[in-house]
Amino acid sequence: MAFLSNEPLPQAAQDRLRDLALSESGFAFDPFSGTTFSVNPTGKAIIEALARGLSPDSLPTLLRERFDVHGLSDPERDVVDFLGELRRLELLPARGEL
Amino acid sequence: MSPLPRSAAARVLPRNATVAVTGLNATDNPGPGVGVIRALRHGAPFPTDDDRLAPFAGRIVGLAYDALEPGIYARDLVDDVFLVPYPSQGVDALRARLLEIHAATPLDAIIPTLDAELPAFIELAPELQARGIHTFLPGKEQLELRSKVRLSDLGRDHDLPVPESRSVSTVEELQRLEQDGMSFPVWVKGAFYGAERARDVHEAAGAFHRVVARWGLPVIVQEEVPGEEYDVVAVGDGRGGLVGAVPMKKTLLTDKGKGWAGVVVRDPALIALAERFMAATRWRGPCEVECVRDKDGTYRLLEINPRFPAWCFVSAGAGQNLPAAVLRLAMGEPVAPLRELVAGTMFVRISFDQLAHISDLQELAGLGELHRSPEEDR
Repeated sequence: MAFLSNEPLPQAAQDRLRDLALSESGFAFDPFSGTTFSVNPTGKAIIEALARGLSPDSLPTLLRERFDVHGLSDPERDVVDFLGELRRLELLPARGEL
Repeated sequence: MSPLPRSAAARVLPRNATVAVTGLNATDNPGPGVGVIRALRHGAPFPTDDDRLAPFAGRIVGLAYDALEPGIYARDLVDDVFLVPYPSQGVDALRARLLEIHAATPLDAIIPTLDAELPAFIELAPELQARGIHTFLPGKEQLELRSKVRLSDLGRDHDLPVPESRSVSTVEELQRLEQDGMSFPVWVKGAFYGAERARDVHEAAGAFHRVVARWGLPVIVQEEVPGEEYDVVAVGDGRGGLVGAVPMKKTLLTDKGKGWAGVVVRDPALIALAERFMAATRWRGPCEVECVRDKDGTYRLLEINPRFPAWCFVSAGAGQNLPAAVLRLAMGEPVAPLRELVAGTMFVRISFDQLAHISDLQELAGLGELHRSPEEDR
């Protein structure tokens, strides 16, 4: 099972996510880099939770509570993959466990 | 006929000034003039209760090199138009023409916007100032410092991150670059304009000949830095300080690689790069800082254009009206450093047909000038 940190993101990373212009429809604009991307409601919920200071290891539970997770879905794996995407977009620190 | 004297008591405020602007060639590779004029007409550099900073209520005089420059026909932007001699005709021809224009329509300020005309305007600046025509331009030495030929030296002397660049004058020198440690691909650039990408020394040799044929010697060869391109429109106060800076990422390019749309960003590292350039050169006036963000996240300085970019109007939307700031600085008004920046402000160009009448072209082509009454159209 993937390891997810029980610590909130560093304050600078939380601020960076909070600075994202994230529309209701999930269209995101990063004001620092000018990058734009789209997220689905699950991704939007993860970004908002991390920006509020929730720890990465609490995210699978959050997804189970708020979304219809069933069957072969693996919220832990999905969260790890999504954090990798955020790292690729340079919205999360490049190193360290999250 | 000599220009009307302006007494100290009748000092003209920037908002009521008669301002001449060049670069009305608003084609698919537009000159900056129309953007500068739109910013001036847009209003003050920042919101204020001070009446002196209220929206522009003066007169805009377009200085055009050709009677068909599209900006001439933007009736809501330009009040008067005068044809001026091409830079190749020399400083004396420009001086004589500017004095004729000043006699007919007294100018308070000129904002030149084209690379090729800047040396002449810089040379004439003291004479123009003595006649009440204000400018806010760098000096000759500053202009030279940021030239493509010397940019690499500037980077080395002031710890500015400039990609490896060499100035070459022969194909033999070009062919030695790879042995000297330069890696391909490279950009082969004209000293003033034009750039071609070359993947190896053979392509570079072909590009060298084409660039020399068009733009002359020397040719600058610059290592390509993979990454995303960012541009900053900035104004220096001439004492090493930054008046304001608006960084932008291009979101849509033309087939010539020119930005057709872009979005304002606020990475502090880009502002810091502009600040370092101003401090290194004590730049006075507007400029465009072209840079690329490499794979390590470092911004590398590719080029400094010594004038406003065509997209400078977005600065007014982003909270820093830099053309208005330059006008005020030219006219001796203080401008506090502008630091507000509305990231996400976009510009998206549009191409549309302006309606004009042949009489405008007749008047301009026949007489070299065109005047519109204040009531006309606006």
